[in-house]
Amino acid sequence: MTETILSVRDLTVTFDTRRGPLTAIDRVSFDIGRGEILGVVGESGAGKSVTGSAVIGLIDRPGRISGGEIRLRGERIDTLSPEAMRRVRGKRIGMIFQDPLTSLDPLFRVGDQIVETLRAHTELSARTARTRAIDLLAEVGIPAPERRIDGYPHEFSGGMRQRVVIALALAAEPELIIADEPTTALDVSVQAQIITLLKRLCREHGTAVMLVTHDMGVIAEAADRVAVMYAGRVAEIGPVAAVIAKPHHPYAVGLMGAIPTLSQEADRLSQIPGSMPRLTAIPQGCAFNPRCPKVFSRCRVERPEPILVGASRVACHLYDVTEKAA
Amino acid sequence: MLAFLLRRVIQAAAVLAVVGLIAFSMFRFAGDPVNQIVGPDTPASERAEIRKSLGLDDSVLVQFARYAGDVVRGRLGISYQFRQPVSQLLAERMPATLELAFCATVFALVVGVLMGVYCALRRESWLAGLFQAVSLIGISLPTFLIGILLIYLFSVTLGWLPSYGRGDTVRLGWWTTGFLTWSGLKALILPSITLGLFQMTLIMRLVRAEMLEVLRTDYIRFARARGLSTRAVHLRHALKNTLVPVITIAGLQLGSVIAFSIITETVFQWPGMGLLFVQAVQNVDIPIMSAYLLLVALIFVTINLVVDILYTVVDPRLRLSTATA
Amino acid sequence: MSGRDIDAGDAPPVPLQAATPGRIARWRDSDLLASFLGSKIAMAALLATVLMVGLAVAAPLISPQNPYDPAQLDLINSNLPPIWQADGQAPFYLGTDDQGRDVLSAVLYGLRLSLIVGVLGVITSGVLGIALGLVAGYAGGALDTLIMRIADVQLTFPAILIALVVDGVARASFGGALDVGPLIGLIVISIGLSFWVQYARTVRSSVMVEKGKDYVQAARLIGLTPPVILVRHVLPNVTGPVFVIATINLALAIITEATLSFLGTGLPETMPSLGTLIRTGNRFLFSGEWWIVAFPGLALAGLVIAINLLGDWLRDALNPKLQ
Repeated sequence: MTETILSVRDLTVTFDTRRGPLTAIDRVSFDIGRGEILGVVGESGAGKSVTGSAVIGLIDRPGRISGGEIRLRGERIDTLSPEAMRRVRGKRIGMIFQDPLTSLDPLFRVGDQIVETLRAHTELSARTARTRAIDLLAEVGIPAPERRIDGYPHEFSGGMRQRVVIALALAAEPELIIADEPTTALDVSVQAQIITLLKRLCREHGTAVMLVTHDMGVIAEAADRVAVMYAGRVAEIGPVAAVIAKPHHPYAVGLMGAIPTLSQEADRLSQIPGSMPRLTAIPQGCAFNPRCPKVFSRCRVERPEPILVGASRVACHLYDVTEKAA
Repeated sequence: MLAFLLRRVIQAAAVLAVVGLIAFSMFRFAGDPVNQIVGPDTPASERAEIRKSLGLDDSVLVQFARYAGDVVRGRLGISYQFRQPVSQLLAERMPATLELAFCATVFALVVGVLMGVYCALRRESWLAGLFQAVSLIGISLPTFLIGILLIYLFSVTLGWLPSYGRGDTVRLGWWTTGFLTWSGLKALILPSITLGLFQMTLIMRLVRAEMLEVLRTDYIRFARARGLSTRAVHLRHALKNTLVPVITIAGLQLGSVIAFSIITETVFQWPGMGLLFVQAVQNVDIPIMSAYLLLVALIFVTINLVVDILYTVVDPRLRLSTATA
Repeated sequence: MSGRDIDAGDAPPVPLQAATPGRIARWRDSDLLASFLGSKIAMAALLATVLMVGLAVAAPLISPQNPYDPAQLDLINSNLPPIWQADGQAPFYLGTDDQGRDVLSAVLYGLRLSLIVGVLGVITSGVLGIALGLVAGYAGGALDTLIMRIADVQLTFPAILIALVVDGVARASFGGALDVGPLIGLIVISIGLSFWVQYARTVRSSVMVEKGKDYVQAARLIGLTPPVILVRHVLPNVTGPVFVIATINLALAIITEATLSFLGTGLPETMPSLGTLIRTGNRFLFSGEWWIVAFPGLALAGLVIAINLLGDWLRDALNPKLQ
């Protein structure tokens, strides 16, 4: 791997609720290299989005980072002061949200929102910032940017708004972009365009991307590596081809089985029985054990640590060779 | 945009027509107008004469048309109590009410918005808790009780401020103002707070709730994610979005300040239209009642229109003519 | 690229270790009770409300004096201060007014009247609003437009103005001299006509939602008439919101009655509610007999604040959006 941009180690996020603390993210670790796209998949509630919010320091109360560390180019950012973290946001880490329709402030012209972002992080004058904003809009593929820059968000279509959001995220040339379900709210025909755009921009700028999605199609299309999350933990992480072609963790296996493919002739997609536990009722041991077809006694008592299997790291007792040998 | 405004104007006219009908019905059917003019020992023939001269024998439709025509020309009838034209009475009293309503409105808006923003941004602070408690009292206590409490504190106990009347006023043409004398200004303080307190708490709660809602939206999260300063996120993006819906509701509330002044004017014996109206209700002076109702309706409708127009100015989504998409 | 969704579908949830809790346990664990027990303010408000309602109900039994009975009044006892002041005398714990009327008794009886008028007013406005909401939502068309337009127009005016106008018109029509009974009825109707809009809107929108649902069509097939269906299915759905509106409106109704009485267009001095007591007591503010106005004022403030707090808590607890 090339230079590591983002390094997350044992990240733990806790929500302090009326009924005691709930662990939403439980000792999650991963790295993203320069120009690399890491896909993060899992069912809704698996903790994908919370992980993204934790990296950019935008966890809403009552949530808080209660353990682990986050490093951006080796520098710890989870312990920064709020003001220092604010300067990191937008400048060094950009973020793209799920719904482009609600991501832009409806009362401000898109140009003003871009200029405002540029001027928050650079010394640009109002004029040069405006020129730069037009360039940015052109770069994300908005036609007639010198005219559209004075438009209000409601005058743009969903796909065009997501392009504006991407322009905003890229405005200050960040080293890392967190894209939280960037295509989920878009029409299928627009999804591919946005993913292609994102891929191209990141390649050109060498930006690392954390691509959070529940859409395996998007992952297969865009990501270099993929992390499969389950109940706030990373079940398996590895190169996207390896994980899709030959998943190891029984949950990842089930997940891949649930993807429809053209070659598959079967009428029914295989399904994982049961549903993900709520945060209030995460089982002891491996969080997946009540639903796992290959569960054995150790899974119910001991939480599996990630083990290197091929090119992937898998958190599953099945692959613990030392145990089997013993 | 023009069509929208036109529709609003038509709606406003319809509301006025309905209120006019009610005012006319009161005028015509609540009690016998003849009885209000003559004594009980007036012979029947004379009564019939008066009936005829008042046009009470014509069909209801004709009477309504005549009433509407009179109202438009400012002829609102003669007060039973004062034996004076109602329009003249209202004109005399109007400056007092409008000046009071203006001061109360400014107080309610300025203090309400400031407190609401503070409560939303510093939700956990003790001061926000105090504001919340004050707002609960402000919204719970009847206006007259607040007025009495203020009088007891600042007039009876401390003797700082007058407890009734407008103080010295200055005549400017037909308008009398309390703004130009020291005693007039002092006399405005307690009634303005009393009248404005309810609206203030309402605006404060509204701003707080709306702002909390706005702070949870995606575009505020995105604004934070863009690394904007807290100040820019809160005071540019969040505040502007908060104030858009607040304008409508606050605007409509401000109309009711004028109607609520009925109570405040009674407590402080403020010589305005509200006091006139209460005396009219107590003494069954129907011409004043119906004229006041019409006037308040007119004020409300006008405020509604202005608020609608303001709303389109503030919110670009409603400026349909500029849409290019 | 197709949206290949990997969500695990609608498979049944994993059974939890604990068995399904019983009804009582469920109530104990429910958010409503938890939020109630978690809110000291809500409990205090409930306690205060219950206490005041109890005092009002028991007023004839516990009052030292019947304030409506002129025979029990003695001018010798007039203008006595509360018991803790130098000139205070038992049994006039909260002092007396210029007629020698015991302030405590007057407050208890006034509380009783204020509550009666308030509750009756809320019931009137509730019945009126629910009925009009059902009709508007069910009938649709011109009738719906008419009712909701009236509601819109009315909502732009403060309730107190409407109550005053209704009150004034009625007085004009009946010649001003009314007995206390009809007068109470008149005030109740004024309040009812001032506060029906919120109920009507809530019920109407619920009817609109339910009307299109399959079960209404199904019920029609088995021969139930639509009004029966709507009443049976819509009303249970709106109990929550209607209850919240009613609680908050009870405070408003009590304030409205008090305001009408304070303005001299409500209950007469011979049968005073809290508002009337404050109106008469206000005259003595400058001569130093503060207790004549202070205690009715305190009672009114306490009652209204307690009910409002209860209403606020109820609204928040029943509104899932806020949790």
